[in-house]
Amino acid sequence: MSARPGAVPASGTATNGAPPLLEVRHISKYFGNVIALKDVSCLVGAGQVTCVLGDNGAGKSTFIKILSGVHQHSEGEFLVEGEPVRFNSPRDARGRGIATVFQDLATVPLMSLWRNFFLGSEPTVGKGPLRRIDVKAARRIMHDEMAKMGIDVRDPDQPVGTLSGGERQAVSIARAVYFGAKVLILDEPTSALGVKQSGVVLKYIVQARERGLGVIFITHNPHHAYPVGDRFVVLNRGRLMGNWARNEISRDELVQTMAGGAELDQLTHELERQLGRDHVAS
Amino acid sequence: MAQPAVTSPSGATPDTVSVVDDRLAQVSLVTKLLRRPELGALIGALAVGLFFAVTADSFRTLAGVANWTDVASTLGIMAVVVALLMIGGEFDLSAGAMTGTSGLLLGLLSTEWGFSMWPAILVTFAFAVCIGLFNGFMVMKTRLPSFIVTLATFFILQGVNLGFTKAITDTVRVAGLTDVTGFESAATIFASTFWEPYNFRISVIWWIGITIVATWVLSRSRFGNWIFAVGGDANAARNVGVPVQKVKITLFVITSTSAALVGTMIALRLGSIQAGQGIGEEFTYIIAAVVGGCLLTGGYGSAIGAALGALIVGMAFIGIQFSGWNTDWRFLFLGVILLMAVLVNNLVRKSAEGARR
Repeated sequence: MSARPGAVPASGTATNGAPPLLEVRHISKYFGNVIALKDVSCLVGAGQVTCVLGDNGAGKSTFIKILSGVHQHSEGEFLVEGEPVRFNSPRDARGRGIATVFQDLATVPLMSLWRNFFLGSEPTVGKGPLRRIDVKAARRIMHDEMAKMGIDVRDPDQPVGTLSGGERQAVSIARAVYFGAKVLILDEPTSALGVKQSGVVLKYIVQARERGLGVIFITHNPHHAYPVGDRFVVLNRGRLMGNWARNEISRDELVQTMAGGAELDQLTHELERQLGRDHVAS
Repeated sequence: MAQPAVTSPSGATPDTVSVVDDRLAQVSLVTKLLRRPELGALIGALAVGLFFAVTADSFRTLAGVANWTDVASTLGIMAVVVALLMIGGEFDLSAGAMTGTSGLLLGLLSTEWGFSMWPAILVTFAFAVCIGLFNGFMVMKTRLPSFIVTLATFFILQGVNLGFTKAITDTVRVAGLTDVTGFESAATIFASTFWEPYNFRISVIWWIGITIVATWVLSRSRFGNWIFAVGGDANAARNVGVPVQKVKITLFVITSTSAALVGTMIALRLGSIQAGQGIGEEFTYIIAAVVGGCLLTGGYGSAIGAALGALIVGMAFIGIQFSGWNTDWRFLFLGVILLMAVLVNNLVRKSAEGARR
């Protein structure tokens, strides 16, 4: 297999010669004496999708939390547009244009589309005690931003809970983009979705890429990652298993690399079948 | 009402905007009405009003209206702020006892401890802010359910009310507020009547005013948006930068301060206040809020609905009395409308939250 773990140079430039939007070099994270992440490097440029793959416990969530400012890295370098940074909070990260969309934790189901879209950053008119949300502007902007993603909003007052999972992800993505995100971190956006809805979310990822954002797409499903990714980073037990550009790895090889996890799934299924049979027999 | 609002991406065309604006108008009036949380309360209020208008003649007269709006007004002020708190995802069981505590404190300050009326009112409100902060911080810092924390506050206040009142006055009431300097001006604002000879209570004006302000806050202010968010999904709200704890603590303070307002009204109205004032009313506030469309789980509800819920309770209390029936029936009535409201609200929430993925 042509996989060359660590073959991509740690310091790289994006396609157009400018420094990558976001880059980490040999980054590590320790919790006491637990090694959560060790020597991981990856980068994402404008208009690129970097997929971070790994099974449960691979260190994906620690990795995202460092990128989104929840945790600080213990070792290594974290560069945003070529400039070393150390975020103290998710707010810091957002300030530098890094927006994280946490799966199912990004919208309030009972609130309307436009209220969700602007939640926490409502546009206002008026002064003093009469300062109020500019509802007209909020609805119009929400509508236009969703239209840019190819989504036609008919009713801005509809509760977000009535949307499908994919559409709700789209609201979060459109919101992040509108509020100036340059890098979009998507945490398992497809994991809770059916096949069709996953496809819808993948389309939104492509949309975001085409609008010049850098996307970091975290997933444990290589079949979702391969069609949209420009670069694939595979983590296992907190370490970098490989870092490939799209033309360096085939879909099958990517699936193979992830196979540790797949074998485990197989085992689980077998166990379940076994247990089920015992159950019937008894 | 759960038709999809969005269609899958198909390449946005430049004329999407105009197309969609046409569709915006097509959301039917029925859908819009059904989406209002207070619709059930409005229908209920009309039904209850009609019912008692038939069973009791005096219910229909303006003097009768003054009677039931009076009962509804003090209940309603509390129901509206309790509704805000419930939309924010919390309860305050101490709200009823707090009306008694603040009325008693006002009475003791002015009759026993030499305060004139306005400074006493000021101290009472400051004390109420402290109780609200206490409730809020306890709930936020311990992460215990507000149901338990404010149940504790409720019992503490109930004990304090009785204990202090008995120790200081040797009775279970504080009286003689009418003789205190400044009583007249304070009573004009908090406890007078208007529109002779029907004598509507000024508290009705407060009730309507507070409902309007609360409705504006909920529908138009950023704070209102945050109230819905912290009650609907505190994690999501935190993730997008809403100061969840600040919002919830503020709501607790608004509730306890409003209890002080109602306590002041009651103390000034009669010139005296009972140590047991307000005990048991905390549930009536919650019933009115739920009848008005508030979900017990938070994130959904309306101030107008809560005001209408209080109106239903007020109409029933007076209507049962005017009809010449035993007033004990009102508890049965409260129970039945609460059950009906919870069932209806449950359906509403399912349709609003339904079709998840």
